[in-house]
Amino acid sequence: MLKVEDIQLSFGGVRALQGVSFEAAHGEITGIIGPNGAGKTSLFNVISGFYKPDTGTVTVEGQDISGLKPDARAALGIARTFQNIALFRGMTVLDNIKLGCHTRLNANVWSALGYFGSAQKEELELRRDLEERVIDFLEIDHVRKAPITALPYGLQKRVELGRALAMKPKILLLDEPVAGMNREETADMARFILDVQEQFGTTILLVEHDMHMVMDICSRVVVLNFGQQIAQGTPQEVAQSKEVIDAYLGQAA
Amino acid sequence: MINGNLKATYAADEKIVDNRYKFSFVWGLAVLAALLPIFANDYVILVACQVGIMVVAVVGLNVLTGYTGLMSLGHAAFVAIGAYGVTILHHAASALSIPEGIQPFLTIPGAMALAAVIGLIVGLPSLRVKGVYLAVATLSANFIIIFLIELDALAPWTGGKTGLTTVDPSIFGWVLDTQREVFILIAVMAFSTVLLVQNLFRTRVGRAFIAIRERDYSAEILGISLLRYKLTSFAISAACCGLAGALMAYFYARVLPEQFELLLSLQLVAALIVGGMGRTMGPVFGVLVIVLSPELLKVILSAIAGDSIEAAQFRAPLQEIIFGLLIIGFIMFEPLGMTQISDRVFRALNRWPFARG
Repeated sequence: MLKVEDIQLSFGGVRALQGVSFEAAHGEITGIIGPNGAGKTSLFNVISGFYKPDTGTVTVEGQDISGLKPDARAALGIARTFQNIALFRGMTVLDNIKLGCHTRLNANVWSALGYFGSAQKEELELRRDLEERVIDFLEIDHVRKAPITALPYGLQKRVELGRALAMKPKILLLDEPVAGMNREETADMARFILDVQEQFGTTILLVEHDMHMVMDICSRVVVLNFGQQIAQGTPQEVAQSKEVIDAYLGQAA
Repeated sequence: MINGNLKATYAADEKIVDNRYKFSFVWGLAVLAALLPIFANDYVILVACQVGIMVVAVVGLNVLTGYTGLMSLGHAAFVAIGAYGVTILHHAASALSIPEGIQPFLTIPGAMALAAVIGLIVGLPSLRVKGVYLAVATLSANFIIIFLIELDALAPWTGGKTGLTTVDPSIFGWVLDTQREVFILIAVMAFSTVLLVQNLFRTRVGRAFIAIRERDYSAEILGISLLRYKLTSFAISAACCGLAGALMAYFYARVLPEQFELLLSLQLVAALIVGGMGRTMGPVFGVLVIVLSPELLKVILSAIAGDSIEAAQFRAPLQEIIFGLLIIGFIMFEPLGMTQISDRVFRALNRWPFARG
């Protein structure tokens, strides 16, 4: 589904990614883990098109997307959420989620001014689709008219997931979806991520520090350390790998 | 939902006026505007026309500053282009012997389009600069336009410093040659502008504007082109101000360059702040406060101090001081403007009699 081959990325003298290659299988959850500064978010930025790698290719379903800009990749069905929530704070939950569909809609200034015919029809269809597919699904119907600033952190993260889902993504990149959450909120979020995978068959890539969650929900795990890919495999394989234990706990003297 | 604001369809939930109190308020305003030309005296009509013209212009500014988050201190320039544009286009249309009765249908859109094109040009810096820097860039646009209008080389068209005599528009032979008749046109335009612009914010276009205001890089990630939407916002905003200018030209017997100087730009911004930025009714409330309060102060102060010359000398500065205090008061105590107050009122009405506030 999503294939990353030999990605090299450097910022000046810092070699952020050194030959990362892996494949995320269709409809599976792939975890990307590693200590702070390992290059996980840089890898996400390469996949979504914000960083241009020095070498290497990103392919989706056999199509090379390495040359595409972020908005073109978004149109291909790659959606993402951010480590530090990037919602529009002054807007309501509903409007934020609607914005996720921006590129799928067709209204222009003239049809919008009148709000009749196509523009109105489009808006009402969008509303129905989002209510049924996203808002009901993520259980945020009680706050749909609330401004983002009025929501607790955990709900904001969920709304951001909702905005990404609104794009009807084929591939969903989640950057630390449960960072800073308590155990209950983490369990809720893990359940939503599994539901997304199960109901929509979305291919999910997950960067996360919460090892319990990664080991529980990921079918494959890729481990990065200082830009190098030191292991990949099933959660059990990775957990027993000597390099991974060394990277996380430090080498025995 | 409280007190029976129940909805059975998404269409009902997506309506602009979604509860009965707001519904009666809006229709109350419409009925009031419809009755004014029949019952009001000349003075009330004069003030009402000023309110209507200002509302159209501030709605325009609201699109740019309130919703897209781009500060402008030069919007009087677009009003000037509208006023001069419509007058010059009327003369051109008469020269081409286009019947007078259909001229306004060409000249008003023409003046708006002209303002929109100039708006696009003035908007170009917004792609690089934000906030105070953009305010200064638009401010200079205001000075440049006034300079061009006063320029001797262009005086054959613009009339230079002495201004232009305006045209009384004729709509299919109905000549609007009294202020009372012009008021009807102004009221129709003011109501339609508020409604049409509000419609923008029910679709992806308006949402894109707000997204740019809130967090421009997130907007870009969602596939919103900053170039396209910032310039669109400038064009719509300028077109509204152009319409306000055209109405101004119809309302006054003469357009003069000094009507469109910095003071007007600042009045537009003040009205928007007092009314509430990025809110549908913000421009309406703001203009009502900005235009009506000096008039009310005049009435109150002359009632207290009488109409003697000494009292009048004392009154003029006092009026301005009170007006200044009013604006400071709004910024300090109601930073979100009149719409914040109206929100509270409507919320209280909605909850009454079960709860207060």
